Amino acid sequence: MLNAVGREIPDEILEQTGKEPFQGNHYKDGVPFTKSGPTIIPVMNNEHSKLVKDLHEALVKCGAHDGMTISFHHHFRDGDLVVCMVMEEIHRMGLKNITICASSLGKAHNALVPMIEDGTITNIESSGVRGNIGKAISEGKLQGLAVMRSHGGRVRAIVTGETHVDIAFIGAPTCDDYGNCRGVGGKTDCGVLSYSYVDGNHADKCVAITDCLVPYPNYPPHISQTKIDYVCVVDAIGDPSKIATGAAKPTTDQRKLLMAEYCTQVVANTPYFKDGFSYQTGVGGASIASTISLTKIMEERGIKMGFGVGGLTKPMCDLLDNGLVRVLLDTQDFDLDAIKNVKNPNHHRISAGAYANPLNKGAFVNKLDYVILASLEVDIHFNCNVVVGSDGYITGAQGGHPDTAQGAKCTIVICPLLQGRIPAICTDVTTVTTPGESIDVVVTDYGVAVNPKRQDLLEALQKADCVPLKTIEELRDIAYSIVGEPQPVQFADRVVGIIEARDGTIMDVVRQVKPFAFKEN
Amino acid sequence: MSHPDKKRLRRSMMFLNCQKPSLIKDPYIYKPDSIMLDLEDAVAESEKDAARYSLYHALQEIDYRGVERVVRINGLDTPHWQEDIRVCVAGGCDVIRIPKVETPNDVRVVERAVAIAEGEFGVPQGRTLLMAAIESCMGVMNVYDTCRSSDRLIGIALSGGDYTKDLQTSISGTGVELNGARQQLIIAARAAKVQCFDTVYTNLNDMEGFRNEVQMIKTMGFDGKSIINPRQIPIVHEIYTPTAKDIVFSEKVVREIDEKKAKGIGVFTVDGKMIDIAFYDGAKRTIELAKAAGVYKGDL
Amino acid sequence: MRIKQPAVAGTLESSDCMVTVEPVERGSGISLEIDSVVIHQYGEAIRKTVLETLDRLDIADGYIRVNDKGALDCTIKARVECAAYRSNGQRSQLPWGGVIQ
Repeated sequence: MLNAVGREIPDEILEQTGKEPFQGNHYKDGVPFTKSGPTIIPVMNNEHSKLVKDLHEALVKCGAHDGMTISFHHHFRDGDLVVCMVMEEIHRMGLKNITICASSLGKAHNALVPMIEDGTITNIESSGVRGNIGKAISEGKLQGLAVMRSHGGRVRAIVTGETHVDIAFIGAPTCDDYGNCRGVGGKTDCGVLSYSYVDGNHADKCVAITDCLVPYPNYPPHISQTKIDYVCVVDAIGDPSKIATGAAKPTTDQRKLLMAEYCTQVVANTPYFKDGFSYQTGVGGASIASTISLTKIMEERGIKMGFGVGGLTKPMCDLLDNGLVRVLLDTQDFDLDAIKNVKNPNHHRISAGAYANPLNKGAFVNKLDYVILASLEVDIHFNCNVVVGSDGYITGAQGGHPDTAQGAKCTIVICPLLQGRIPAICTDVTTVTTPGESIDVVVTDYGVAVNPKRQDLLEALQKADCVPLKTIEELRDIAYSIVGEPQPVQFADRVVGIIEARDGTIMDVVRQVKPFAFKEN
Repeated sequence: MSHPDKKRLRRSMMFLNCQKPSLIKDPYIYKPDSIMLDLEDAVAESEKDAARYSLYHALQEIDYRGVERVVRINGLDTPHWQEDIRVCVAGGCDVIRIPKVETPNDVRVVERAVAIAEGEFGVPQGRTLLMAAIESCMGVMNVYDTCRSSDRLIGIALSGGDYTKDLQTSISGTGVELNGARQQLIIAARAAKVQCFDTVYTNLNDMEGFRNEVQMIKTMGFDGKSIINPRQIPIVHEIYTPTAKDIVFSEKVVREIDEKKAKGIGVFTVDGKMIDIAFYDGAKRTIELAKAAGVYKGDL
Repeated sequence: MRIKQPAVAGTLESSDCMVTVEPVERGSGISLEIDSVVIHQYGEAIRKTVLETLDRLDIADGYIRVNDKGALDCTIKARVECAAYRSNGQRSQLPWGGVIQ
């Protein structure tokens, strides 16, 4: 069945998952539903100890079993040790058919591949999968389907009960013996624990894993003792050198600076750029450069930002320190400066649900004026692909891309026209992750295209005469004139993963890769 | 008749290694006035042949979108320059930059080879322009004669690295060691009515130093600067952008002189002051610079 | 032209391609191996460009290996031609605009 972005979703996938094809961004708007709750075991006895001696004991006490669903956060990014240490114990215990529901998985988790191959792990739900796990899934090694969800979509799936988490494992930089977890302090300071709030609220069992046990109470907690069943102390939960590095030096790549300048001009010449505007940006060189150059224009025009939100970096925190933004709402910290900045009283932690869950009573993304995003591919329908690489392998993550793109009044995607020989602006993206209806402006090194449904933005930019405006088709044609028209990636038939829309419908499917074969001649 | 592009605007001329496909595929997005595809120092001795194939197909197949294509050939003291000239002419490059020019004869030697190549490849005689790089004390001493050596010659460029070696000193950052050469080159070029380009600034981490140097060479009268990285282009173009006041004045000068000349009047006044006919070319150039910078919206 | 000796041109840098040519027995035809980072999108296009270039050079026999890192057509042609002329030891008086085009 063709969905609203023109993707064929096979009937057997709809049947197997019980999901509907994507029907457009507002399909579930205003539709009532009942939240799903966990089954919990209360602690009334004041002699009860939550401390366990190791992960094995925690797993046994939590009733770990074949076919269970376990969950993790990815605040430790490439330095995460928690996922692998838990899975190694589960593997030793011989449990099978495990579903992993992680906020994201990356190259820190390459050790899971043999567990995928031997059927320990049979289902993966994640924002995306980088590294060897992505390769394994694309090669068809996962028995079940990989489900790729946005950050908001993950919260939605857990809150609705579509995903029921049996045991949540929460890596906590500091924790006391009664389970009060904080994202700050200790050896693996990551600033916030935004992705785990929903796990704390909806998982049957929650295990806090820490390498820094602190005196009770560890206050104020980011995840409260009232959510935690057991506390397990281990030697190390992360490698600090891979969790966050020093702030990236501002880029000197003129191509990125060129795109940053176009992006800044788009922001500065569209109607939402006025005192109190809201803004989110990513960690790419061009996005960061754009934030820096936007700062200058804000100072010139005496415009201050109302709030900045999302994953944070030094340039955003500098805005706060310099009084150019009223509050920062933090879901993740990408560099050490951002982690340090959480001490600023106007730098607030928010949960991933408050940030982006489409089925709450209004997420922060809905209040965004601008979001600056990147994309691997954008097609002439403005659909974006941020998950599947040009070789057909799953290689990226949705993150907050579809959430913020839908929420923001002006969604700007920055991408160079060509990635090597691959045209980033193309007729049809390999896989749709964010629908074109969410995307307003595309900024490339060859010019800027405005979604025709946004005539208001187009007129504002035409009037300002500040950037080289092109249609998206013109950009594609320029790309093809330089590199030639690409042939589509050759996939095998089997569906190995689905790209879930924010609301749980199916945006697209990802098929197994197959070796390239030349046509007969 | 003089070649129509001989006097075109050349504020920025960006060096690119011919042997690097990633560099030569789309440098036009940075909007330099000219690119300089290098067959000489940037290309290893063992890859001189490979660079020519890349150059030929780049010249033939890449649409550089109006950016002038200059090619720096290997020196006349190497075994490469003749084949370099053949490929430049066959590929249809706009300008050949001759390195290490010491005497006007060096230019004439290249001119003859270019003419022969134009004949061989069916290129209109005179299409391929030349520029001379001055890289030695002898080159500086002969520079006026070099400037007058060929009708194809668009201008001369200082190459500071080799020149300071010949001078038995080195680039200091203050510019003092280049003072004499810069003055001599610009005076000779203006006297011979050809263009004059300054040497590269190699410290990419000192953008302030670069800015000061561009400001200085503009004040000295140079037409433009050689560039080694796209980051340097916006700074050069910014400094070469005329002020609003200059543009208004230049527009008045051009209009006044055009109108009065048409009426056969030989006395010109702008804003109540008498001006000389010698203002005319400078005013025209200011308008051209303003157009290139995208700040001129008038109809001249 | 014939492939007389093994020869290589190009690099494995991004946007470049490395072309290796080796002689084979006369009459055994062209044997072409292509490895590319953009094989799905441009595998057919690369093969066509290489075969057309060999055809222009009138090379009927040879083993040709292309290791492509996302090169444009103009680069692929340049590398094939360079390897072919290197295998013949010819480095000057090349037929620009003739069989090289």
